[in-house]
Amino acid sequence: MSSEWPLWEIFIRGQHGLNHRHVGSLHAPDAEMAIRNARDVYTRRNEGVSIWVVKANDITASSPSEKGPLFDPSNSKVYRHPTFFDIPDEVGHM
Amino acid sequence: MYAQMVKSEGSKSREEMTPEELAFQDRIDRGEKIEPKEWMPEGYRKTLIRQIGQHAHSEIVGQLPEGNWITRAPTLERKAILLAKVQDEAGHGLYLYCAAETLGVSRDELLEKLHSGNMKYSSIFNYPTLTWADMGAVGWLVDGAAIMNQVPLQRTSYGPYSRAMIRICKEESFHQRQGYDIMMKMCAGTPEQKAMAQDALNRFWYPSLMMFGPSDKDSVHSAQSMAWKIKMNTNDELRQKFVDQTVPQAEYLGLTIPDPDLKWNEEKGGYDFSEPDWSEFFAVIAGNGPCNAERLGARVKAWEDGAWFRDGLMAHAAKAEDRARAARLAAE
Ligand SMILES: [Fe+2]
Ligand SMILES: [Fe+2]
Ligand SMILES: [Fe+2]
Repeated sequence: MSSEWPLWEIFIRGQHGLNHRHVGSLHAPDAEMAIRNARDVYTRRNEGVSIWVVKANDITASSPSEKGPLFDPSNSKVYRHPTFFDIPDEVGHM
Repeated sequence: MYAQMVKSEGSKSREEMTPEELAFQDRIDRGEKIEPKEWMPEGYRKTLIRQIGQHAHSEIVGQLPEGNWITRAPTLERKAILLAKVQDEAGHGLYLYCAAETLGVSRDELLEKLHSGNMKYSSIFNYPTLTWADMGAVGWLVDGAAIMNQVPLQRTSYGPYSRAMIRICKEESFHQRQGYDIMMKMCAGTPEQKAMAQDALNRFWYPSLMMFGPSDKDSVHSAQSMAWKIKMNTNDELRQKFVDQTVPQAEYLGLTIPDPDLKWNEEKGGYDFSEPDWSEFFAVIAGNGPCNAERLGARVKAWEDGAWFRDGLMAHAAKAEDRARAARLAAE
């Protein structure tokens, strides 16, 4: 039979208070083994306090060719940044 | 290096490039990272698969010469350290296989090519590790040479490869230091122990120099890979750096580099040294080194002996999923 173990994407919370972050991927037969393997592959030096594993096939990604239409609209909205507004010094910290 | 003599494409002048290729080269020149699903020239993709794959195979096969000594380490502490070091190398192999897979090759395909001899691993791992001092020499020289090559590769243009190299580099200096620590211990020991250290250096010196690949004048694959930032330095540049760094370390140990022509060259600010025997290098690469058959044999055996286990876990996972689905349906 010999079919390849599925690919899992691994997310690790590095410290309490931080988001989980993508660190890489690995192959494992199921979710439980994926977590065990992730422990050995990605946290050999205390790099994490929590692990998420997600089947790579279950992730939907935006396509690189859509980069323009997807992200350009926010380019023109400079007023979303506080630096857009000039506030006189006399007003104090704002 | 861990990837020696990776076949690349001939480099193109800007006039010969298509508009897509030009835009791609400009991104690389600006220092942008290329990410998995983005457009890339077919040659870039193929060269990277060969190079990252060869690098991954080297990490995995590289466990064998050191694994040889885990059960015979002189103390429990040395055994635990060596075990951790070898486990790191397994991790390095896995980071790199994942990076290669983002380019559209499967793990099984890569392994099949290693096992059938269609992909190479570094020549250095085809030499035997005869004494405990070899564990010192391997960590000091082999990991030292690997670091020389891997540090600049952190800046390589392909995102997943660059990120894998960053992780790997964080872990490598432990490897080199534990090796040098073994050498210091041996050199401070009995005359017999120091002689073992010298013997290990004698055997590993030239094979370590070979890790950087053939001399630049014989290295046909460099130009395009350097333009693509897949290769960051020439073989001779890195070899020179390695010699300049290593000679004072050998002097500190009171050991002699086995090269009568080794001499400081004030003018170039580096050492002059003898080239390794390149005919030996090409013989080892072609499969005729002292341990090629043994190393590849061990890999193939591990793969074949593990097949029932890999299949068993897959069957278990499939059944567990079926049971869970049935339970969900029954509950509805
Ligand atoms: Fe490594
Ligand atoms: Fe290594
Ligand atoms: Fe290493």
